[in-house]
Amino acid sequence: MFKYLFAKAEDIPAGSAAIYFGYSSIVWFVIGTGLGSFNAAKLAFPDFVTGSEILSFGHMRQVHVLAVILGWISMAFAMAMMYITPALGNTKLWSEKLGVWNCFLWNIGLSLGLFLLWMGISSGREYSDLPFFIDVVVILGLLVPLCINVLMTIKTRRTQGIYTTNWFFGAATFMVIIVFTVGNSPEFFQLTGLTEAYLTWWFAHNVLGLWITPVAAAISYYVVPKVTGNPLYSHRIGHLHFWSVVVFYSTPAAHHLMSAPLPEWLKSFASVEGVLILVPAIAFVSNLLLTMTGKWRMFVENIEIKFTITGVLMAIPLNMQGGFQQTRAINWYIHGTGWIVAHAHLALLGFSTFLEAAAVYYGLQTLLRRKLYSLGLANFHFWMLLIGFTTYWVSMTIAGLIQGAGKIYEVPYIDVVIAEHPYMIARWVGGTMVFLGNCVWLYNMYMTARVGTLIPAGRLPHELAYER
Amino acid sequence: MAFREYKIGSRMFGLAFGTSMFITLYMPAVDIQNVSATSIAMDRQLSFGRVGAFSYEDPFLLGWAKPITVQINQDPKTGSAIESTRAFVYEKDVPFPNGIRHPRILGTTPAAVSESRGRINEASEDQGAVFIVREIVDGGVMVPYIENATATRGWLPTATLAKASDSQRLLVGKGKIMFVREGCWWCHTLLPEQTQDWQYFGAPPMLGDFNGESPTAFGSDRKAPDLTHVGSRNSSREWMVMHFFNPRLVQSHSIMPRYDYLWGEKDASGNVIDYDGWRAAYTAYAKGESIYPPEVPLPAADSEARALIDFILNLK
Repeated sequence: MFKYLFAKAEDIPAGSAAIYFGYSSIVWFVIGTGLGSFNAAKLAFPDFVTGSEILSFGHMRQVHVLAVILGWISMAFAMAMMYITPALGNTKLWSEKLGVWNCFLWNIGLSLGLFLLWMGISSGREYSDLPFFIDVVVILGLLVPLCINVLMTIKTRRTQGIYTTNWFFGAATFMVIIVFTVGNSPEFFQLTGLTEAYLTWWFAHNVLGLWITPVAAAISYYVVPKVTGNPLYSHRIGHLHFWSVVVFYSTPAAHHLMSAPLPEWLKSFASVEGVLILVPAIAFVSNLLLTMTGKWRMFVENIEIKFTITGVLMAIPLNMQGGFQQTRAINWYIHGTGWIVAHAHLALLGFSTFLEAAAVYYGLQTLLRRKLYSLGLANFHFWMLLIGFTTYWVSMTIAGLIQGAGKIYEVPYIDVVIAEHPYMIARWVGGTMVFLGNCVWLYNMYMTARVGTLIPAGRLPHELAYER
Repeated sequence: MAFREYKIGSRMFGLAFGTSMFITLYMPAVDIQNVSATSIAMDRQLSFGRVGAFSYEDPFLLGWAKPITVQINQDPKTGSAIESTRAFVYEKDVPFPNGIRHPRILGTTPAAVSESRGRINEASEDQGAVFIVREIVDGGVMVPYIENATATRGWLPTATLAKASDSQRLLVGKGKIMFVREGCWWCHTLLPEQTQDWQYFGAPPMLGDFNGESPTAFGSDRKAPDLTHVGSRNSSREWMVMHFFNPRLVQSHSIMPRYDYLWGEKDASGNVIDYDGWRAAYTAYAKGESIYPPEVPLPAADSEARALIDFILNLK
């Protein structure tokens, strides 16, 4: 990688940036889920590792969150953009060198930011915890170069139309810059009080709604038609999905603060808009599932489709929860409980991770021109992720319902803690399964690069038989 | 970009996204800005200082350059007895909170009164200042305002600190830094949930209770009791000392981490704390090999544990 930072642009092989982003994202996924597993152990067994400030829960929790969001998910997105956008425009990436630099800065900036966060140097704002100078690095070093590269690749395409995936990529890379800049403005301009609290959650909502959800969906708009060979079921439903994300998903930020003394009109407005999230959700899920028509065998046989469709199916409970749990009728019961933790993991570890894992599997095989090293290990990875995640989600949902009941019946809080203990252990077991599955994935992808079967020119990776 | 549809599309995108930003950013900002600060908001920001997290003056979150909250019974200038007064001491070069720097965020009337009667615009960070929160009745309405006691009463920061013994000082500003740095708010919220929670954890905050505070650190992922009014529920410093050193001493089922490392190297009497010995003795106690747990050392006056306990006990 380092040799390409100062190489001539024409000396950098096409796809380098995407490959670096792909492997970086897997490494960050292993780190992020390892931290998650460690943190979960501390919640189950509070005296697990003790006496060290650096290894205390309060120092590591936010590192887990941001390592997964900015390391795994966002770098997998960047990887997907750097090979899907040119592929759909029948062209090359606008600047491979910018892409390599972007990946380099991303790893450096994120490592620095997470190190500081681990030391406790935090802005004290959930999801936008990074101190403001790291926010500047994130915006200028990570997001702006990515946006320029994606938009310029779309502009220099050699096709007439722009495919659905690229609308989402172009719009989301632009919107995430706005979201990051505005969302962190309380740190830049010393905004205080409820403005600060509201902007914290405005950021947390929109980084999910305008970055993670649409880009993950856009990836599956590419992977499913490409691997199955079926055309996308409906371009128009894709339109509906895109526009309803922009209009509906960008507005309900205040529903994260339903118990805060924000203006009532804002909470009511956010709540109504929040239910309308079901519009893009239903458009997306139905479009993808209908694209699968006649190719459902691949859901069982093909690892990329297995990951993608599992992720798409998880969007159903995700958006049913997301649409309704924020209404006043339900929010008062489950807000601030483990239910929300389960929901957040359904969005990031369930829905989104499965879609990105498929893109990373497929993209790295395509770019390296090497067939996946072992299907068995990939299937092991899939099931470890799915069973681990499900264990986590079910246990945290139950724990959340216990917490909600404890809240309304005014049970002494310690009794809630005692009642939650078995579910905390289950959460740790589930999280650890995800971590172990990812370690296997890293090994599998390393071996793919080293000894995977070469894919002949003109063939797609999934057309070749597995050797193992 | 040869196709007209993409021109229309990009304009539509700008319109849709812009409208959404207008509704979710501009409109609430105008609404929130029109709210006047309550006396609670003034007390909070004066006791916390400018920023409760990463800042220029405290880049490593060690609690540098933070105000000290004192409870005094003597007038610092004349030495005569006064009724017990809560004052916020900003020594030289301690940055003022946002309500002093930009009085308009206090709201129109409180800002005007704070400037005319409270003379807050005469306060200077180069000299330091002492502030108190006061109220007047203005047109039948109680208006809280901030008074710059250095200007109005001649209370100098050093003289004011001298009138407060160590037990009359609360290191709330430094304690909030500890609260944020140690991630207390990952489990304890500072915002009661709706309905029944208010009966259990106390009254919910009002719209104007946060003007000038940064960050608010409400917390969202609650795994432990809400702390908004914890100082009213439990005001025992001894309980807090044991609880922070090892929560299992006072609550055997607690899943809270031990914060013994906030004690630093020496205890209140200046003796070096033997952590290994303490942990070994505690392990023996936890296994049932001894009847009593080891004694918890008292935190030193300048320790981080003391500041955090001050912050917690101050949450009334």
